[in-house]
Amino acid sequence: MTEPVKARGTKAESAGTRNALELRDLSVAYRVAGRNRAVLRNLSLTIGQGEAYGLVGESGCGKSTAALAVVRYLPRNGSIAGGAIALDGQDVMKLDAEALRRARATSVSMVYQDPGKALNPSIRIGRQLTEIFELAGIAGQAATERATAMLNRVRISDPPSVMQRYPHQLSGGMQQRVAIAMALANDPSMLILDEPTTGLDATVEAEVLDLIAQLRQELSASILFISHNLAVVSNMCDRVGVLYAGMLVEEGPTEVVFNDPRHPYTVALLRCLPRGGQRKDQGRLDTIPGFLPGIGATIRGCAFADRCALADERCRTELPPLYDLSDERGTRLSRCFHHDKAQALPRATPADVALPPKPVTAPVLRVAGLNKTYASHGHPLRAVKDVSLDLRPGETLGLVGESGSGKTTFARLLLGLVPPDEGGTIELEGKTLAPKLENRGDDQVKAMQIVFQNPDSALNRSHSIRHILGRALKRLAGLSGKAREARLEDLVRAVRLTDRHLAVKPRQLSGGLKQRVAIARAFAGDPRIVVCDEPTSALDVSVQAAILNLLADLQAKEDVSYIFISHDLGVVRYLSDKIAVLYLGRIMELGPSEAVFSGPHHPYTEALLSAVPKLDQSGTARIRLDGEIPSAVNPPSGCVFHTRCPRKIGPICEQQEPQLAEAQPGHSIRCHIPYAELARLQKAALAELA
Amino acid sequence: MSAVQTTSPAQDDTRRRGPLAEVLFSLLRSRTFLVGIAIVLFWVVCALFGEHFAPYDPLADDIINALAPPSGEHWFGTDQIGRDVFSRVIVGSRDILTVAPLATLLATVAGTALGLTTGYFRGLVDDVVSRILEAFMAIPVVIVALLAIVALGTSKTTVIVVIGLSFAPIIARTVRSAVLAERELDYVAAAQLRHESAFHTMFVEILPNIIPPILVETTVRLGYAIFAVATLSFMGFGIQPPSPDWGLSISSNYGMIGGGFWWTVLFDALAIASLVIGVNLAADGVHGAFND
Repeated sequence: MTEPVKARGTKAESAGTRNALELRDLSVAYRVAGRNRAVLRNLSLTIGQGEAYGLVGESGCGKSTAALAVVRYLPRNGSIAGGAIALDGQDVMKLDAEALRRARATSVSMVYQDPGKALNPSIRIGRQLTEIFELAGIAGQAATERATAMLNRVRISDPPSVMQRYPHQLSGGMQQRVAIAMALANDPSMLILDEPTTGLDATVEAEVLDLIAQLRQELSASILFISHNLAVVSNMCDRVGVLYAGMLVEEGPTEVVFNDPRHPYTVALLRCLPRGGQRKDQGRLDTIPGFLPGIGATIRGCAFADRCALADERCRTELPPLYDLSDERGTRLSRCFHHDKAQALPRATPADVALPPKPVTAPVLRVAGLNKTYASHGHPLRAVKDVSLDLRPGETLGLVGESGSGKTTFARLLLGLVPPDEGGTIELEGKTLAPKLENRGDDQVKAMQIVFQNPDSALNRSHSIRHILGRALKRLAGLSGKAREARLEDLVRAVRLTDRHLAVKPRQLSGGLKQRVAIARAFAGDPRIVVCDEPTSALDVSVQAAILNLLADLQAKEDVSYIFISHDLGVVRYLSDKIAVLYLGRIMELGPSEAVFSGPHHPYTEALLSAVPKLDQSGTARIRLDGEIPSAVNPPSGCVFHTRCPRKIGPICEQQEPQLAEAQPGHSIRCHIPYAELARLQKAALAELA
Repeated sequence: MSAVQTTSPAQDDTRRRGPLAEVLFSLLRSRTFLVGIAIVLFWVVCALFGEHFAPYDPLADDIINALAPPSGEHWFGTDQIGRDVFSRVIVGSRDILTVAPLATLLATVAGTALGLTTGYFRGLVDDVVSRILEAFMAIPVVIVALLAIVALGTSKTTVIVVIGLSFAPIIARTVRSAVLAERELDYVAAAQLRHESAFHTMFVEILPNIIPPILVETTVRLGYAIFAVATLSFMGFGIQPPSPDWGLSISSNYGMIGGGFWWTVLFDALAIASLVIGVNLAADGVHGAFND
């Protein structure tokens, strides 16, 4: 490994133990409407050579700003108000434009969240990669060879063919590998990863994380890893810093911080996550009341005091110092006067739920033999194939699977937004539904509503919240005048909004509040079934917890059924009574939530579950799924999963499609391996790990 | 308007202002827009109150002083029958500033309705209407104008209708493409899941969200409409004598340029150019304000 080229003017202080990155009292402000607003407040942190440091916190905490400040790449209205940044011992603040450019080109690399946007869509991969080497003075054949080697390094098979392709011809995971290859091309001493796996499927995320973990073994680069996903950070990083309102509130070795947090904010964040198979009938998730202080807010005392149940008078008036709580487990800091009793933080949301046992009733929804075929360039694309299931009142059906598995198409078929192929039936409360929305009765339409993934798209940005909800009440509940006003108030209170929110437009609300409006709209006409299409995937964990609690409460109160689509299996598990695992439009496994999660399960489910990064355990061997989900235009013969199946038994898998067979009452699996054999294999795999 | 999506926390505060206030704020800071609107407002004031401050009656002839060059008495000189060119240029803004905006308004209303319908329904409606509109766009305005004048006779209304209807397909095309992007958003699906009528979905749900591109297109079209009115008047199909309209004046005087009487044409031509430039600058500013 060659030493990265150092820019001129390097001040080598204590060259032996030089840190890869050192931030001292870094303050960054953004100038908005003529005023400087503080985003980072006296942030100090140190990343040692070869160390992976995780920076976590909710959106708006200043994580990305910190990353951009390291290379002085802030947006035009951002400025470094004070403090020092030393990169590999070199003072970044003192670099002139040319030296800064060289530092960016040679010693620091960044990988961003969306690889699709980081790559130039109109330049072939090979050209984009060789460009980097040409900048470093390597040209022609040598550059191509280096590019090929780089792609090999990020485990891309057949680099020559990939280099001939354009970014859009690669899957999201491949794009991110290429982005990582580009970041590593100049052998940086510091690698900044800003949410590198957010937005990728769990299986792809697992691949990318594995790759980063392996690369860490091979490279000397230190890593600054930014993520809102605590589980990902806990698996990837040696040390973690928790950022709140631009301030470091806690820092320490990852395992210690996550298992023994000493700041109420860390404690609260960890409690927001559904963990260890927690379910809605076992208690509500904890939430964090209130909001993050706005950027530039004047903060006297502890920034978290307003949201902290432990806060006293002192917390509100006096800024707590960073207490040094180092012990034999490592150096750690906490910015809390009450760090010793942080874990005694009272819950913000009571855990208890009183659930009367549900009488077994007739299904509210019955789907039989549902198919949807699209035409793709003259070839049939079977987006949903032969799906049959039913759902009882007050139950949640979780739909899981990678993107492209047909989850959303299935939901749209149910709602009538997309008409299914002839032949299948959808029955709502015993009555067959017309395939097209226009032909369904008003009662049938209002009985099935949806909460969309992206509230920015789902709420009309030109209308006030009052208009949005009022219109829903008029059309779905048939209310007008006084009655509508009264119901509007109830509805607003049911989703824990206030009158104050009614007058504003959606853009004036935060993501969580917008999603509450969307939920209120779906519930306006007392629906029987609400489809929730990734309703929390765009939200922070604390907001996600509040939304999940709200959904669980509404379900308990209204006896409504949910069809819950999510890529986050922890979230699905929390809310679902029943799970359907989809792959290429087919149900691979269907059964009660507990049975599907605890197994024995379909090999695909097994792989999905093992791909999820978990907080509670680290370093478990994952079942890797090779390659990508095949195209639905040309699905594999036999069992559609055989091309990626780690438990493939032989030619039968390639020739014959297995039936969705009931293995246990209510639990069906589409696999040639008999149930007992699956149970034995999976138990053996678990034993091997332990 | 995807700027709203930026993740920079710095945007937080500007977001709190209403979207309209935000656009106005950035309009008032755009030099392009301010210069453009100043020129346009100047001509609007001339159109409204021109006869009160014009030094002479623009229609009064004075044969003795015919074709006098610019002087202290007649700043822009006089024309063939001794009318004061300066007064005529000032008052001459009136007809064009009535006809062009009304034509643009007609084009906007008709184009928006057509664009919403084709973009929302797509399918057969879209195919049929779009082909007809394209065919319509292929015919030059002048030929349409000629036919219309034969059929309807010359009047300001004819000019408004001719230009309005020739521009409508262009606006319809812009609106259609905006609607195509908009109808894929989930709030349209949510409206369908309330069994809203197509009319409600188009005009109450979608229309407010595509106002920005419509406004931009309208201001751009206004520039072209001014140009078209002047052209038609010059060719004799537009505004009729004795109006001191600029296009008309140029048409009746351009034969004199050869005789060295440049002032009878130059100032009217400059007036047309300045108004078109003013409108285009303002349009540019509006475009920038909506797309920042």
